[in-house]
Amino acid sequence: MGTPYFPGCTLATKAKNYDTSGRAVAAALGMPLDELPDWQCCGATFPLATDNTMALIAPARVLIQAEQTGADKITTLCAICYNVLKRTETTLRKHPEQIERINWFVSTDETTAGQTYTGRVQVTHFLQQLRDDLGWKALGEKVTQPLKGLKVAPYYGCLLLRPPAEIGLDDPDQPVILADFLAALGAEPVDFPYKGECCGSYLVVNKPDVPTALSGTIVESAAKHGAQALVTACPLCQYNLDVKQKGSSRGVPVLYFTQLLAVALGLSSEARALDGHYINPATLFAQ
Amino acid sequence: MRILLSAETVHGDFVKQIEEISGQDLLACNQCGKCSSGCPVAFALDLLPNQVIRMAQLGQEDVLQAQTIWTCASCQTCVSRCPKNVDLPRVMEALRQIAMERGTTPLYVAELRPDLVTDAPQMAIIGGFRKFTS
Amino acid sequence: MINKALVIGAGIAGIQTALDIANSGHQVALVERQPSIGGHMAQLSETFPTLDCSQCIMTPRTVEVGHHENIKLYMYSQVAEVSGSLGDFAVKIRQRTKYVNWDACTGCGVCQEKCPWKAPAEFDRGVGTRKAIYTLSPQAVPNKPVINPQVCVRLQSIAKGEKPKCGACLKFCPTNSIDFEQKESFVEEHVGAIVVATGFDLFPQTKLPEYGGGKVPDVIDALAFERLLSASGPTGGKVKRPSDGQEPREVVFVQCSGSRDPEHGVPYCSKFCCMYTAKQAILYKHRVHSGQPYVFYIDIRAGGKGYEEFINRAQQDEGVVYLRGKVSKIFRDGDKVMVWGSDTLSGRKVEVAADLVVLSVAAVPAISENGCRVPGLDLTLDENGFYQPSESELSPVESNIPGVFLAGAGIGPKDIPETVAQASGAAAKVLTLFRRG
Repeated sequence: MGTPYFPGCTLATKAKNYDTSGRAVAAALGMPLDELPDWQCCGATFPLATDNTMALIAPARVLIQAEQTGADKITTLCAICYNVLKRTETTLRKHPEQIERINWFVSTDETTAGQTYTGRVQVTHFLQQLRDDLGWKALGEKVTQPLKGLKVAPYYGCLLLRPPAEIGLDDPDQPVILADFLAALGAEPVDFPYKGECCGSYLVVNKPDVPTALSGTIVESAAKHGAQALVTACPLCQYNLDVKQKGSSRGVPVLYFTQLLAVALGLSSEARALDGHYINPATLFAQ
Repeated sequence: MRILLSAETVHGDFVKQIEEISGQDLLACNQCGKCSSGCPVAFALDLLPNQVIRMAQLGQEDVLQAQTIWTCASCQTCVSRCPKNVDLPRVMEALRQIAMERGTTPLYVAELRPDLVTDAPQMAIIGGFRKFTS
Repeated sequence: MINKALVIGAGIAGIQTALDIANSGHQVALVERQPSIGGHMAQLSETFPTLDCSQCIMTPRTVEVGHHENIKLYMYSQVAEVSGSLGDFAVKIRQRTKYVNWDACTGCGVCQEKCPWKAPAEFDRGVGTRKAIYTLSPQAVPNKPVINPQVCVRLQSIAKGEKPKCGACLKFCPTNSIDFEQKESFVEEHVGAIVVATGFDLFPQTKLPEYGGGKVPDVIDALAFERLLSASGPTGGKVKRPSDGQEPREVVFVQCSGSRDPEHGVPYCSKFCCMYTAKQAILYKHRVHSGQPYVFYIDIRAGGKGYEEFINRAQQDEGVVYLRGKVSKIFRDGDKVMVWGSDTLSGRKVEVAADLVVLSVAAVPAISENGCRVPGLDLTLDENGFYQPSESELSPVESNIPGVFLAGAGIGPKDIPETVAQASGAAAKVLTLFRRG
């Protein structure tokens, strides 16, 4: 009943709170996440140069590792992992010559000899499973502590939805998946115009002023529209939006959707994993 | 601000290399500007995205000096809205790769800020290295 | 050869064709799916490049059509089936249920006054309302109403088998013209030639999610803005924005909304938008002297007679700010509408906090409710759904079927002069056939 799960390097370490809350809610909903027995970093960005087969090998190996478990689906929580794996899947389907190269490379390594990519595995995101496999109505019925109109702004960021031709999870300009998710939990989704605007992503490494400016605009817009919190599916978005507000007394907490779900399902404080934020989200919840 | 155009520049090796690495037909771009209109980092750029494509179309190698190619966050907004489906993130990547191949080194491990290494999610650093090192 | 013609569509193309054939002494059956004639030209405030009042220049023709002894007008009707061939086409015409006896109706308008049920007016593109019993506009020709079953509470109660509700129109009509028992009827005509002049519709805002997807009240399409400008429109010609009725000070016109977009819209250029946008910006400045119009464009297409000069007038004399850069995103921000465009000429991303945004949406082929074209006529369509002439350069009004001709925007978007020229061209082709026998 479980789905093969790829946590990615950040969820295994810096964003453990996302991983912990994710596993807990998945188990509570009867759709447990089964971590792949063997995995490595997906590469954190989808290789955009057409001749970069090397950079495709890491995510392709993840797909191979998923196929090794016998499953035809693999799920993720991290939006960038999802984007990389999903685009890898679509690229390999479109370019059989890449599959040949990758399978050859994989066969040369004794630890992976015998494994090949057959194209069976489909990459999905846990939000997609909630929407399509469980359904919002069924999710709502499992909520024991509805969020009582808590105003939460869904922040989609970039890579959960774009490019739509290859990702196809939801419409990037008029997305509803996180808003529907929030409504199922009894929260009040706050629509705001920057819900799909970039937080600055990896520019925090070489041009930190840019994510600072972008994240500031996003948080400001959400707050202006009445949001008490933001919810996201990406650890890098979470970091950028959170660190921008570091030290602020009127900060708007930025939570992972799984943390909010853990609260609504009435799970333990351990399962909620509300730690590790600059702006403490625990203040939002009565107990 | 004056350039000399010839068949060698507009159909030369530089243009061919960009098209090969990016897999894009640069002439598909009719310079409508929609990419620039929606680019979230436009405020921090020296050349707008459509201008980078324009320079590439005209075979102008000094486009490699633009800050824009190192400020692109690969947010995919441009390609999602482009009426001609020109994959600008791929073109930016191609330009970065050519620049690095020619010796530009935008990112050094030794120069990473310590707070970044301790605080930021490692996906940011990995992403940064994937984009900005060869 | 039956010397009678069928003209499908009574917009300006159909009207011109019908008049040309009728004035030559031949009979015309003119079929129009709306309750009145005039098509989109009747919705315009003024026309470019002269800024003539659209209704004023059209009325002599619509009145002539209405009274012509050689023209049989089938209003609120559709062609249900065509069979036969050049010289003798059998045409089955479906006369839709009006629920009003037009022979008795005098067009007094009392029914519309008394009807309590409102709906957004299609003629006003949603910026105005109409009643369940309605004419398209107060100047409609013929000025006789029809009842819309989706809005009429009495018809809905009858359909559900309940006791019939309301009936206000029935009560107040002085000539007893309301007939809720009326059924649709069919008429057969035999004609020697057919002219298809079915015109165009507009690309829906729902297909422009980055521009608000039709959900932002102050983002309207150009035809809706035209209704705001029109003296006989829902605001009496005062430019008032839909959300709060305030006069907008900053108005942004967004060209190419859906056009020239093979990926998400239509691949072609809709031809008339550059001109009508300049017209609307000029008219807006005339109404709101302190207002500032902006036009975001990719190219300006102004090849017609006097057209380039008209654009210059907008830019130079009227101070319309033209910015070359396709708009990427439009969203509401408080009581403003933010527009993200660019000016590629100066190399800047441009943001405008607008009070009102007008989208020049693409023109698409007009398709009737049942989706199909003219049943029984296997007309060739191009890849965009417009009628394909048998030979583009030298036979622009001839279809692939002998005896069937094309005119107007059904072939592709075009302005009024070109439409009228094609209409007369198609009429000439028909008359040649009739002459030859």
